[in-house]
Amino acid sequence: MTHSWQGFVRADGRKGIRNVLVVAYLVECAHHVARQIVAPFAHADVHLIGFPGCYPSAYAERIMQRVATHPNVGAVLLVSLGCESFDRAGLARAVASSGRPTATLVIQQEGGTAATIDAGRRWVEQTLPQLHCCPRAEMRIDELVVGTICGGSDATSGLTANPVCGRVFDMLVEHGATCIFEETGELIGCEQHMASRAVTPELGKRLIAAVEKAARYYSVLGHASFAPGNAEGGLSTIEEKSFGAYCKSGRSPIRGLIKPGDVPPRGGLYLLDVVPDGEVRFGFPNIADNAETVELIACGCHVILFTTGRGSVVGSAISPVIKVCANPETYRRLSADMDINAGRILEGQATQEQIAQELFDLLLAVAAGRPTASERLGHQEFLLGYKFFEPTPPACKKM
Amino acid sequence: MNQTQQPSAELTDPRLLQLAPEDNVAVARRTIAAGEQILIAGRMVRVPVEIPVGHKLAVRPIAAGQKVIKYGAPIGSATRDIACGEHVHTHNIASDYLPAYTQRGPIAL
Repeated sequence: MTHSWQGFVRADGRKGIRNVLVVAYLVECAHHVARQIVAPFAHADVHLIGFPGCYPSAYAERIMQRVATHPNVGAVLLVSLGCESFDRAGLARAVASSGRPTATLVIQQEGGTAATIDAGRRWVEQTLPQLHCCPRAEMRIDELVVGTICGGSDATSGLTANPVCGRVFDMLVEHGATCIFEETGELIGCEQHMASRAVTPELGKRLIAAVEKAARYYSVLGHASFAPGNAEGGLSTIEEKSFGAYCKSGRSPIRGLIKPGDVPPRGGLYLLDVVPDGEVRFGFPNIADNAETVELIACGCHVILFTTGRGSVVGSAISPVIKVCANPETYRRLSADMDINAGRILEGQATQEQIAQELFDLLLAVAAGRPTASERLGHQEFLLGYKFFEPTPPACKKM
Repeated sequence: MNQTQQPSAELTDPRLLQLAPEDNVAVARRTIAAGEQILIAGRMVRVPVEIPVGHKLAVRPIAAGQKVIKYGAPIGSATRDIACGEHVHTHNIASDYLPAYTQRGPIAL
């Protein structure tokens, strides 16, 4: 199989594997109007994203700016109520300066709900043909950014799907791709081993500190990053869940520690620190899996490898999500939602290496345009809340 | 219930998967029904309760306070004595770090 395909070339030189028109609401009060603008375009790549909060958040504005200028995105329509604190002009400038078609509709200025929906739908209709003129060029595997997340984990996740994902990460890194794993709250107990994989001792110390920060954060919240379904699925402790989750990272050296919205400077394996800095102030770091997916996409991920044992059905706006099912019993119930049946390893029907090759091949096909199960089913989840992060130190960006 | 101190991978039931030789638990490769006889370290043991796929059972006795070992690493500590063949889960082990969470609330450490 060839390791290249035709990507979408953006004005900033980055390449995408999808060509999505994004409609973004900038406060929950504009959500309905934005959803109605998108509704008639269910069969075009028109995705709804947004931020619900009315109060200011440097974090949310940074994530929205990163996802709105993501290489999978070709055009952006902003929908504002008018009185929220979100810096809509700043976001519009960032999108325009990236060379993408963009417009901003302010409901209070357009004349209300119906007028804004009409104006929004007209803009989408006029803009879609421009998207189809986006230049194409060869895109190689070393230009790909791939994220991984586990959701709806059970005790089979760490036996089948997560090690398979780790193997695929190793293959991708060998080919020069950029790979990102995350959720420091689900790496508790793995910090010393992770540190031994860091490219420098200084980075190793920072990896340990990131996991210690997560443990402190969850300690204040009263329990670990652990859902009732994890226990029903046979996971007894956060350490057990962590060891299984950690397998997704494979065996490559860890090249850097990034924060949401940092795009890694070059290929290799990176850990995304998703737990906020400072005191606990906005509740759980990520209220559900899709918040982590959004952060991975904000770090440039073109595609997400999503492993599940209990059977998560989610996808995402902007970047395709490949579902790797760990549990053979779950796969039999939810096969239409899954892309890969890694549970065959547990039943002795396939080896880890065979499933890893299957996933690697599928990943390249998805990069070349093949829709994933969640894309076919219309999943376009997007979840963004409040967080606080100190800026990533410049020294770390040079890594 | 039969117990043994020296588990051996060769003498363990194919329905079980022991991930590392030093592990004191094995995982079910498929759901094992209550009452089924399984081979653990060369001895037949009757499984008292259903072990769903992926769940753990003890392949040697684990004393209260002793580390539970899976993937060759500690995943928590036994909160009471666990017999060979017994289901190992939130009712008899707890994290050494942070409480897990179930529909009934956090599980006390």
